[in-house]
Amino acid sequence: MKLAVWTYEGPPHVGAMRVATGMKGLHYVLHAPQGDTYADLLFTMIERRGHRPPVTYTTFQARDLGADTANLFKDAARGAWERFRPQALIVGASCTAELIQDDPGGLAAAIGLPVPVIPLELPSYSRKENFGADETFHQIVRALARPAARTAQVSANILGPTGLGFRHRDDATEIAGLLEEMGIAVNVVAPMGASPADIARLPAAHFNVLLYPETAETAARFLERQFGQPWTRTIPYGARATRDFIAEVQALAGTTARPDEARLRLPWWSASVDSTYLTGKRVFVFGDATHAMAAARVARDEIGFEVAGLGCYNREFARPMRAAAKGYGLEALITDDYLEVEAAIAATAPELILGTQMERHIGKRLGIPCAVISAPVHVQDFPARYSPVMGFEGANVLFDTWVHPLVMGLEEHLLTMFRDDFEFHDSAGPSHYGAGQHPGRHRGADAPWPAAAAEAAAATTEAVPAAAPDPVGGTVIWLAEAERELKKIPFFVRAKARRNTERYAAERGIAAIAVETLYEAKAHYAR
Amino acid sequence: MNVPAAPVLGCRDTPVIRERGQHEVFCGLTGIIWLHRKIQDAFFLVVGSRTCAHLLQSAAGVMIFAEPRFGTAILEEKDLAGLADANAELDREVARLLARRPDIRQLFLVGSCPSEVIKLDLAKAADRLSAAHAPHVRVLNYSGSGIETTFTQGEDACLAAMVPVLPATQARELLLVGALPDVVEDQALALLADLGIGPVRCLPARRSDALPAIGPQTRYILVQPFLGDTDAALQRRGAQPIRAPFPFGEEGTTAWLAAIAAAWGVPADRFEAVTAAPRARARRAVAAVAATLKGKRITFLPDSQLEIPLARFLARECGMIPVEVATPFLHREIHGPDLDLLPAGPRLVEGQDVERQLDRLRADRPDLTVCGLGLANPLEAEGLATKWAIELVFTPVHLYDQAGDLAALFARPLRRRALLHREAAE
Repeated sequence: MKLAVWTYEGPPHVGAMRVATGMKGLHYVLHAPQGDTYADLLFTMIERRGHRPPVTYTTFQARDLGADTANLFKDAARGAWERFRPQALIVGASCTAELIQDDPGGLAAAIGLPVPVIPLELPSYSRKENFGADETFHQIVRALARPAARTAQVSANILGPTGLGFRHRDDATEIAGLLEEMGIAVNVVAPMGASPADIARLPAAHFNVLLYPETAETAARFLERQFGQPWTRTIPYGARATRDFIAEVQALAGTTARPDEARLRLPWWSASVDSTYLTGKRVFVFGDATHAMAAARVARDEIGFEVAGLGCYNREFARPMRAAAKGYGLEALITDDYLEVEAAIAATAPELILGTQMERHIGKRLGIPCAVISAPVHVQDFPARYSPVMGFEGANVLFDTWVHPLVMGLEEHLLTMFRDDFEFHDSAGPSHYGAGQHPGRHRGADAPWPAAAAEAAAATTEAVPAAAPDPVGGTVIWLAEAERELKKIPFFVRAKARRNTERYAAERGIAAIAVETLYEAKAHYAR
Repeated sequence: MNVPAAPVLGCRDTPVIRERGQHEVFCGLTGIIWLHRKIQDAFFLVVGSRTCAHLLQSAAGVMIFAEPRFGTAILEEKDLAGLADANAELDREVARLLARRPDIRQLFLVGSCPSEVIKLDLAKAADRLSAAHAPHVRVLNYSGSGIETTFTQGEDACLAAMVPVLPATQARELLLVGALPDVVEDQALALLADLGIGPVRCLPARRSDALPAIGPQTRYILVQPFLGDTDAALQRRGAQPIRAPFPFGEEGTTAWLAAIAAAWGVPADRFEAVTAAPRARARRAVAAVAATLKGKRITFLPDSQLEIPLARFLARECGMIPVEVATPFLHREIHGPDLDLLPAGPRLVEGQDVERQLDRLRADRPDLTVCGLGLANPLEAEGLATKWAIELVFTPVHLYDQAGDLAALFARPLRRRALLHREAAE
């Protein structure tokens, strides 16, 4: 039993719904009690879909448990077939139905529908949403993919995009465009937009482009094993990784054609002098492993940030994440407990968080700006405009999205120079934030860590990145004058100044911090 | 005294269509989202699965509260293997939780579908934990599971669980039953005080130190139409119900207050003096909105059990024409006064078979459909205007001074469509 307040991932059947809802001509019959239908709103509200997810729920009640839930399932499956006439059905159980052990797969097979029926085994009490999506897509591919001759023109499938994915809609478009510019046809994009008939012809492609290992790696491995299709390992996220991806695709496709880079702006935007102020800003990166690892590379190598914390919530990817974190001199934070993440962020005191909607809330509480880079998603993560995060346009989007929450270059200087100005004082915050939104207002950036967060930090060994010292306890005190001086430092660097000074004092056995200590520490950590 | 005249033919004897099939509804856990704000020293611990946690997070829509007073103890493989272990795990999680949150005085263990199916005895667990954490914390339990409760029934189950442990009294008191937003509850208390009615208590109380007492002299009145089990539990404690239409709109509020006033023997002139001004205000506010609603056809999909009282308000005070009024459960005694006033005409449906209901809806094509969040956008995409039912539970809509707001909730989707379609119409 584990106490959860907010969760990064839903249950595995929600992952199956993400696959089914992304596809066309497929229907999901889900053995589940009433109430589990809440999951429809994820798609109709958050993603603003104009269609109900293609899911029929049995919605059994307590009185059905003593009677015949198996027949209820058969009726639901038969009814769904008659009403929706899908090309294939997937059938499975939610957490409660798993306990009553009705065997949806066997029941559906027994009614003899004239289309393929694909049973799903998704263990609800040990696995989560991403596993559910990955396993569902794998089973669909296993059941439906048929041997086929390769297309005459070199072609690729794009694997991974699902319903409710973070920017999947636009990433798929962007990467399809890249491939087409290289003279490579897109055979099928799946699951998103694909029908069961499209899944059948996946093996006609020469290779697979895997955009989201979380949702499609098992299927990609199966297609490699069964049909000899190689798949791309590079995630085309940021300018450099997109170029690496292009090189990988060139090798697989046997071509030297390159897409036009004229629309790629990130490198110059980053090199231009206005961006100087971004140098060495400390960022904490957390999300699903694929997005977090890719974002860390862009943060350090393309924007010039310092990666001060890195982690993911999906344990399935702990190994590559740990290896990636080592490359930044960090211990990876691998947890699905948002209180641990909050404690780690508080201890790190970064200037920017690249995270999920959960970290956005953590940032609000701690007074640290945040840009969202990964699921779990929110209605704001489905913008009306074209907004991929992969490919060249994706790189441009990353620059804008990450830089926007920060105090801008000259503004930073002005805030430093006129910090006592009655209107332009530091707690007024960045001018481009609306009133009430600015990070310093809810809780000063230098406020003590929330007790719960600090407690969680102390309780976990994985939570604190190696580069960050333990939060300093009550051994070092601030003299009143030094405390006043600290308040003169703009809010967006104050937490860092406090932390650095305390570390400096602790390391030298200084018990009381004076104004001198503050400036000595500043000189020590100058860069 | 101000009792509204029933229409020539109300809906009391209208035959009810009972449907079984796929229910597109929330489970009772959803009630935690408003109950944990209402009861300020309570924590709601769902004993359930990842799905339960995900539902609460999704239904809450936004994660407003950094560390809310609710959470889910997620069952894992090993908890399913042995119930003894599950109980030990639960005790450990509760001890940790209470250590971290010393402000908590009431803890609700909330049963879920999986905890019900594996027959985890939360009543026994609540007794055990109450003994362990008394007197600082009282531990109660109820079920919010989808196999037993639909949406607002979660509040019913919660309040019904509180009734047996309320202290006893012989005092003649009025008890208002059902969670109201504090601002509306204060309005009700002020109106009742002006009428000279008292003492008045509320269930749920905002804090555990204000819990009402109960006994044979207690007269209670429901403020929400979905409290059937609580109603029965109160009667078992000897309390006497006051039946009335629910306090939605000017007419409903007046009838509701009049029923209390009659029980307390309030003179007619005093009732008139106290209610005249707010009644006029409510009528004015509703009239300003009713022009948009008059003559428009409306269908309610089953959701909150608020459907019948709201259909009555919209039909009688706003001139709308109910086409189908579906409700998860129709409680004859509790909904009776509203059924009397609802003009005959609409189909009354209890339960749901969502696909068949949508077939009827597409045939009817009403001007407005009240439905859950999962259906709203798909119906809008078919050209049907919708009102999210959940908003009716989360928004202050009771009593005189919210009557205009209540009407406006239904008018807004219609006004919005008119605005967006203006160019097309020209």
